[in-house]
Amino acid sequence: MTELAPFSKSEMMIVAAARALAGQGVCFVGVGLPNIAVNLAKRTVAPDLELVYEAGVFGARPARLPLSIGDPTIVTGATAVVSMLELFGYYLQRGLIDVGFLGAAQIDRFGNINTTVIGDYAHPKTRLPGSGGACEIAINARQVFVIMRQSKRSFVEAIDFRTSPGNLGGAEEAERIRREGGWLGRGPTVVVTDLGIYHFDERGEMRLDSLHPGATLDAVRETIGWEVVVSNDLAETPPPSAEELRLIREELDPGGVYTK
Amino acid sequence: MTSKVASMADAVRDLVRDGDTVAIEGFTHLISFAAGHEIIRQRRRDLTLCRLTPDLIYDQMVAAGVARKLVFSWLGNPGVGGLGAIRRRIEGEIPEEPLEVEEYSHFGMVGRYTAGAMNLPFFPLRSYFETDLPVANPLIRPIASPYGDGTVYAVPPLRPDVTIVHAQRASAGGDTQVWGLLGCQKEAAFAAERVIVVVEDLVDEAVIRADPNRTIIPGLIVDAVVVEPWGAHPSYVQGAYDRDNRFYLDWDPISRDEAATQAWLREWVHGVEDRAGYIEKLGAERVASLRPSASAPSGSVDYGAYR
Repeated sequence: MTELAPFSKSEMMIVAAARALAGQGVCFVGVGLPNIAVNLAKRTVAPDLELVYEAGVFGARPARLPLSIGDPTIVTGATAVVSMLELFGYYLQRGLIDVGFLGAAQIDRFGNINTTVIGDYAHPKTRLPGSGGACEIAINARQVFVIMRQSKRSFVEAIDFRTSPGNLGGAEEAERIRREGGWLGRGPTVVVTDLGIYHFDERGEMRLDSLHPGATLDAVRETIGWEVVVSNDLAETPPPSAEELRLIREELDPGGVYTK
Repeated sequence: MTSKVASMADAVRDLVRDGDTVAIEGFTHLISFAAGHEIIRQRRRDLTLCRLTPDLIYDQMVAAGVARKLVFSWLGNPGVGGLGAIRRRIEGEIPEEPLEVEEYSHFGMVGRYTAGAMNLPFFPLRSYFETDLPVANPLIRPIASPYGDGTVYAVPPLRPDVTIVHAQRASAGGDTQVWGLLGCQKEAAFAAERVIVVVEDLVDEAVIRADPNRTIIPGLIVDAVVVEPWGAHPSYVQGAYDRDNRFYLDWDPISRDEAATQAWLREWVHGVEDRAGYIEKLGAERVASLRPSASAPSGSVDYGAYR
């Protein structure tokens, strides 16, 4: 067996997120980290994954990793190019998206997401990008995966602005509102960070199920703003394979834009 | 058909007025930087700028002081970071240049153009539930289905005074064809009072008529056709030139610094006469590096003749 090359926390996070897509059919690709994770999945665990870009592409076959989620490489060789009205209306709102893959600036224990502002909306301390398609993806995609780095500023007890709904105040409330509102999505199911992998327990709260190699429970607790639930069967995430690292370093992100 | 071909300077002078609501649309693709720069050069004021993604063009226009208000759904430099000039004004760092914002989601913005294009009073969508967006923007309102089938959210129509789109080609009469990402240019154009189309190539009407499925905007609603090759740089034109990602990366440090942003505008917008001057300044080598690495033509289809 070949010796594993050292890998960064970002690489581990991207690899773990890509692996979470095994078995999925249609994935809506978000800007930033989701973009590289989904493209890695397509080259590894999920070759049949249909990539959907909000710019209006179904069945994209990007020959290179685009910096932006709008790029000529997502068009050439795609199954379909459609207007954004059709993309959001017919593909997303119609319920054809299995996984919406989102990033976030702030997340709370129930997977509610803020990508709008830090501080007060009218007088923000930091103005963030806003919803883009995230709000409707969180509501209409069958499930939502989140990829983001952990920190006390990002994993918070209370988010400053709810841009995209997660499990609201808990599973019971979220399930009732989704049922009554006729939502097609069941909300967030996986959160992948630079330290571990979380799923949501029966109360709708994030639970640490797997710790990445090199990460510690102390590091996890130091970077979460609430008392985090840890699985009784806490696993260790298998490290990136040589092939996964080669794909990231040589094919997907040779410039290190995503893995910096 | 009478020709609607005009220079960019004339089109902007005649069709973009102080206080207008302006939409320069194109989702990452076909963004008319050439029109944005001409609006800056002509020192328009108090514009309400609408775009799903303000992108670098609105960061530059806001920095240049043409805008009073921004209507948008995603405010960033995709894959790179923020838009510094806009952020500084929203975050109150430049109190003498406040910027009003009105914010939606992507589907909300697309729905707004669609309602505007179809002459509808609102567009209904399944979004915004249980979020703070309707609190931040009270124009996003819940409505009950008239058929007793639950609640959706409504967004109001967006009817720009002028919509500006870039395209691969158009006839002199304004019949416009696009391939690659379509964004919501069709909706934004039909929603507008006036339409400026900027193209890489002016083609004979016969070229348009040979492939009518590719026409997204008819000359019927077009006021001016501006022929401006490379007019979308640093965004891209499918099949003609690539997205200049280096430019988007380089913009980040410039945009973080107000003085650097103003210096860039002086050099690259006010410092050149027109788009041809900008492209010349950009240099042949940079331009050549943005050509597609190979050709990938579509197959052709047979429409048939029926006499």
